[in-house]
Amino acid sequence: MAAARNISVSETSRPRLPRHAKLKFDETRQRWVILAPERVLAPDEIAVEVLQLCDGVRSVEQMIDQLAEKYAADRNAIATDVIAMLQDLADKGFLTEAREKTS
Amino acid sequence: MSPTLTDANAAARDPSDGLAILESRGSTAETFGIPLAVLAELTHRCPLQCPYCSNPVELDRGGSELTTEEWKKVLTELAEIGVLQIHFSGGEPTARKDLVELVQHASNVGLYSNLITSAVLLTKERLSALADAGLCHVQISFQGNEPLVANRVAGLKNAHEKKLEVAKWTRQLDLPLTVNAVMHRQNLFQLADIIQMAVDLDADRLEVANVQYYGWALKNRAALMPTIEQIEETSRIVEEAEIRLKGILAIDYVVPDYYALRPKKCMGGWGRQFFNISPAGKVLPCHAAESITGMEFESVRSNHSIAWIWQNSEAFNRYRGTGWMPEPCQSCEFKEVDFGGCRCQAFALTGDAGNTDPACTLSPLHQQIFKMAESEAAADNNRFIYRNFAGGTLETGGDHGA
Repeated sequence: MAAARNISVSETSRPRLPRHAKLKFDETRQRWVILAPERVLAPDEIAVEVLQLCDGVRSVEQMIDQLAEKYAADRNAIATDVIAMLQDLADKGFLTEAREKTS
Repeated sequence: MSPTLTDANAAARDPSDGLAILESRGSTAETFGIPLAVLAELTHRCPLQCPYCSNPVELDRGGSELTTEEWKKVLTELAEIGVLQIHFSGGEPTARKDLVELVQHASNVGLYSNLITSAVLLTKERLSALADAGLCHVQISFQGNEPLVANRVAGLKNAHEKKLEVAKWTRQLDLPLTVNAVMHRQNLFQLADIIQMAVDLDADRLEVANVQYYGWALKNRAALMPTIEQIEETSRIVEEAEIRLKGILAIDYVVPDYYALRPKKCMGGWGRQFFNISPAGKVLPCHAAESITGMEFESVRSNHSIAWIWQNSEAFNRYRGTGWMPEPCQSCEFKEVDFGGCRCQAFALTGDAGNTDPACTLSPLHQQIFKMAESEAAADNNRFIYRNFAGGTLETGGDHGA
């Protein structure tokens, strides 16, 4: 069932972009885009930075630590924003959990 | 938080939104931002004979098709001028022996590739090779939810069974799947079952596309035109399914415009955000554009670059923007919402591609078109004219695939 692909993001998740969603820098238009079936999306700067950390290896916890350190910001505030953003991206089908390949 | 993502395709509904972000940034075709996605019709050859085929009635013969090297050059050029996605279509794109090589080349030059296929020629090995070559997405057409209707519409034995098998392989390879269901009077009664079939196949998306009437579908209009009761029922089923399947299956719904009040924003506006390349290399504003007789379309085999053709050729500029519009379009408040509807439909129904699309209630022909649709649907003449290189063959009792 397709529903199984929807994930619930927590600090222990290790999200990555699914095969059909590609984060790419568009040289022509000088901005980042997400390429998906029949769609091209324009993520904002923060989303790009977070998505670049979604490699299926790094946990959300590590991503939050990294961003909190980089921006010298309150970890709790960063955690709330990052998890909300990742959940939003996951609900739209642009994030999945790292898992064994089924084929 | 501000919106994380801007949906570039939302521009199909509102000209002032996200697409502008991407298309206004200086691309090679400076004046009219180069499209984000291009349709490559690799061949018109196809084992199916669907009576609503979107290809022109005058099909390109195999011998006129672009060569492997020509297609590769086209793909490279498209990537260079800022195209991001390539849809490999046809005819049946898998009828090209070089498809894996072309998908690999698309990957090499950074294009996101989508395969639009009938699936009947695919083996598991070939699909796997396509996945390895970097194919990003597969769209499979279905003609019904069971073999009796589906194989008759396709005009091919065992087509439906084969499609189901390929759809399963697609998901086993972890490729995202779109089910494309072209709907008309003779299969609309299966819509609820087709939606369930898409869920069972683990598809991500379902396109419920009512037939659009030009080319082959225009020839077959009497056999395909739904009744208005069917359309009302269809809208109800789709709306219910969209709510029930939220997060499981995304549904794109294309309404039949003979029964609409406003015309569709065809191609997002002529020469505005889309072009396709025909098997023989013509660069077209719409896959049906060659049905408009008397228009000349430039080829990738000409001395012009694709960016030049997009920006400067007479065909792309003829109906671009709003300056060409006659009344009632010219003074209409919706002229930049629907860009006057569909040029191919205006040509097919009025003989002049520059007229208002009769799908619009403001067209003087709208009432007549609506009545014609109603009476054709009521007459219930169900024989198809099958699509082929011979100009079509009328269905007989025993010649269909079922």
